[in-house]
Amino acid sequence: MTEPSLQAKNLTLTRGGRLLFANLDFSIARGEALVLRGANGSGKTSLLRVLAGLTMADDGVISWDDAPWKSASSVRRANVLYLGHANALKDELTAAENLADGLGFDGMTISAENQHRALERVGLMARRDLPARRLSQGQKRRIGLARLLLTQKPLWLLDEPTNALDADGVALFTDIVDEHLARGGMACIATHLTMQIHAPVRELNLAESA
Amino acid sequence: MANVAISPENGVLLAFRRDLRLAVRSKGEVIQAMVFFVMVVSLFPLAVGAESALLKRIAPGVMWVAALLSVLLTLPRIFANDYADGTLEQLAISPYPMAVIVAGKMLAHWFTTGLPLAIVAPVLGLQFGLGAHELGVIVLSLMLGTPVLSMIGAVGAALTLGVRGGSILTALLVLPLYIPVLIFGAGAAEASMAGIDYTANLSLLGAGLLLGALASPLAVAAAVKIALD
Repeated sequence: MTEPSLQAKNLTLTRGGRLLFANLDFSIARGEALVLRGANGSGKTSLLRVLAGLTMADDGVISWDDAPWKSASSVRRANVLYLGHANALKDELTAAENLADGLGFDGMTISAENQHRALERVGLMARRDLPARRLSQGQKRRIGLARLLLTQKPLWLLDEPTNALDADGVALFTDIVDEHLARGGMACIATHLTMQIHAPVRELNLAESA
Repeated sequence: MANVAISPENGVLLAFRRDLRLAVRSKGEVIQAMVFFVMVVSLFPLAVGAESALLKRIAPGVMWVAALLSVLLTLPRIFANDYADGTLEQLAISPYPMAVIVAGKMLAHWFTTGLPLAIVAPVLGLQFGLGAHELGVIVLSLMLGTPVLSMIGAVGAALTLGVRGGSILTALLVLPLYIPVLIFGAGAAEASMAGIDYTANLSLLGAGLLLGALASPLAVAAAVKIALD
């Protein structure tokens, strides 16, 4: 039995005059994934942004190991990795530079060896010195996967992470999430896909909560 | 794999290096602003004629107005791309405080706009028949004043993020705030030509620089957070 590590109580959010979710309660324990479901516009992205601290919820409390989380607290910033819809890549920088910068702003430096291992695994080793503008959508997404491989943050907030990925990429993504959960990590994933994650998975359907 | 100390210096350096590298990779934008400055300043001797006393008289004002407009052109570059490609979201939830990251970005902006302008200014000043002493004062006033333009501009650019027609709005917002910098900047060179003490003007520019360095990172960080919400 694991203690819940992230707990949300009574989360309510209105965007543009529309109630997205009200009195939402959920928790994510260590080694567990929460998959967000719901139609387009049901508030999956908004919920992830609330968890990331980018958007303020109208009401409700999010707590981390039983301590309430303020929107921009350093604890939250140190523990959360958010991969949004946009890839946050710079067209002018190479795949390797983009990866190093992303991790740099997470407060990490990586050795060339570790970076190469991650790029190898996501299949970008041969293209690591190409500017990101020369990469396909799926390859850009894979730079995000490499970041997941290298980060040490425990809570992953992933918004449609498999968008533009091929079947191989989706399998790779599932493996990476499984390894993370096996290490005691946590993930909150908004997706339309059915994923073959082996660790305990809870589902939250946002369409039913409004 | 190692964790780096989340110190303010590291955050400033990280943002500064990244923006500088981006500017080097897309040289065009940096060069365009420079060429714009050179052309605007060079238009005046052509339009006003070769009357040396008049040219000398208007030189500081012309150079300062041209510098101000050329900085204005580059303001969208500070945040618009980062906002569009999702980088700004990542920066906002980075363990580094947002104020520290935007300080690095503003510094990089000054390095790629104000600093090059101050460096080419003496060459342009020759067209106006300015002496070495007056050129020196103009360069000094630009060195002190253009960072303030970058900082005020960054606040304006951050406030208009995501607004349609944002760059015009930024200009309307920022130009009135540029007026004091313009007055003290051009005033320093004019005073030196008239043979009066110009250090008061430079001191006021320096005071503006310190005030901006303290206040603008916090203001920009707050504006960016509002834009992202």
